[in-house]
Amino acid sequence: MNVFLQSVVNALQWGSFYALIALGYSMVYSVLMLFNFAHGDIFMVGAYVGLFVSTALVGLGASGVLALPNWLILVLTIILAAILTSFVGMLVERVGYRPLRKAPRASAALTGLMIGIILQTGNLALLGARRRSFPTLIETTTFEFAGVTVTNTKIVIVLVSILLMIALHQFVRRTKWGMAMRAMAYDFVVVPLMGVPINTIAALTFGLGSALAAVAGILFGLAYPVLEPYMGILVGWKAFVAAILGGRGSVLGAGLAGFLLGFIEIFVALLFPSTFRDLIAFSIVIVILTFRPHGFFGEAYSARLRL
Amino acid sequence: MSLLRIENLTHHFGGLRAVKDYNLVLEPGQIRGLIGPNGAGKTTVFNLITGVYRPTEGRILFEGRDITGMRPHRIAALGISRTFQNMQLWRHMTVLEHVKVAQYSQITYGLVGAFFGTARRRWEEAEIERKAYSLLEMVGVARWADQVVTNLPYGVQRRVEMARALATEPKVLLLDEPTAGMNPEELKEMIDIIRQVHDRLGMSIFLIEHRMRVVMELCEVVQTLNFGEVIAEGTPDEVRADPAVIEAYLGREVEVVA
Repeated sequence: MNVFLQSVVNALQWGSFYALIALGYSMVYSVLMLFNFAHGDIFMVGAYVGLFVSTALVGLGASGVLALPNWLILVLTIILAAILTSFVGMLVERVGYRPLRKAPRASAALTGLMIGIILQTGNLALLGARRRSFPTLIETTTFEFAGVTVTNTKIVIVLVSILLMIALHQFVRRTKWGMAMRAMAYDFVVVPLMGVPINTIAALTFGLGSALAAVAGILFGLAYPVLEPYMGILVGWKAFVAAILGGRGSVLGAGLAGFLLGFIEIFVALLFPSTFRDLIAFSIVIVILTFRPHGFFGEAYSARLRL
Repeated sequence: MSLLRIENLTHHFGGLRAVKDYNLVLEPGQIRGLIGPNGAGKTTVFNLITGVYRPTEGRILFEGRDITGMRPHRIAALGISRTFQNMQLWRHMTVLEHVKVAQYSQITYGLVGAFFGTARRRWEEAEIERKAYSLLEMVGVARWADQVVTNLPYGVQRRVEMARALATEPKVLLLDEPTAGMNPEELKEMIDIIRQVHDRLGMSIFLIEHRMRVVMELCEVVQTLNFGEVIAEGTPDEVRADPAVIEAYLGREVEVVA
């Protein structure tokens, strides 16, 4: 029983990473009909941006210029890194995807893969192969309930993720940008004729998705404080799987499927040797897709952004 | 000063000339018609006015300002709106949401307001909602406000499209076959709605039609387009009697008169 509950806690943490990244895949897909295959690497970029921002803020304190409490450093890091990374995402859209908006979808997919490799190798070229460690912003405190250990880091990770998902849901449902994003899921012809600047909305979609990936990167850095340029590949693919599993274009589905994937992985690792984890987890995903080819919340040939 | 003025507009698709040397003067508050056989280039004229296509030659002036080649969302924000021949609704969004999205360019609250619910956003949202409902009532679809459009009857969807076009606060409303596919009952209702919208909001209307009856009832001036060229212009009665128009319809004058 304790092992079970412990695994639930761990699954929630991994599910948070997958869900936050999957939201970006899903939003971009529904608005622009393309999978941004560089999105996993945007997660990596976000983690590094978070690393630099937090290191700088910690450095300010150490040199006696401006000593901030750690929790404030974390909040500032999340906000600043989300904003900076959203610019990276908007740049990717402007340079990589906008010129290809009318090109075959395969070309856009290829561009995404190339941009991903450019981000990885660009990081390698600029910063070198040395792994970098994320500063400790949360002094780990461990709570125990009924034999289950929960760290405060895990609580922060899960809470921040859930809060952001609710915020995104509200944004898409209620604001003029969110409604414009949903309308763009249907067409690029009528929407501008109703006064909506579609390039702005496309950039905003990439910006929001990238900001969420950056937060995921920082949260990841809190839990696993070793960063390297290729850290986004496998996590990114798994988040992509979650986006498909949730139903293309479904924000709610992407979030839930992210958590589901976290659960599948953790429980597979619980029952089988851990080397079997991805093998069995992805096999389960294939079985699910066989029976629900459009994912949990997806519909045939529809990519509209649902709630 | 005329509201919309088009001078020597020409448009080619590859080698095909879709519109040739087209001219138009639309006065404030006027209702004008554009008729012609299928493939005559009527919808192309609308696409050129709204910026979907960039004309090969010619100028389009709106309130004296050259809007030729301007981006569609800018033209829409200036005050030109339209409906579509084969309705283009966002199937799984509600009626109310359609009308709200179309108010995009008039909504001024920022991203901060969007996330933190500022007083200004609340005030603006109340205003948007109030305006949306008044438009939905004007075209008679307010009771379906929270319904997803894909479930609604055809005639209702047509009216939703009209409300969406009105929500951009147009000074010129372009209607592309507003009565296409309607039965006589719906047709009559649509004519009433167009007339009512025109009386209450006072914008200019430029409409493409196949049915002479609609044109006869609504339009002051009608142009006939054939193979991309205007072959006749005048009052509906004049145009209907014009031999060139009758010939363009190739013995389909029975249908034209009907």
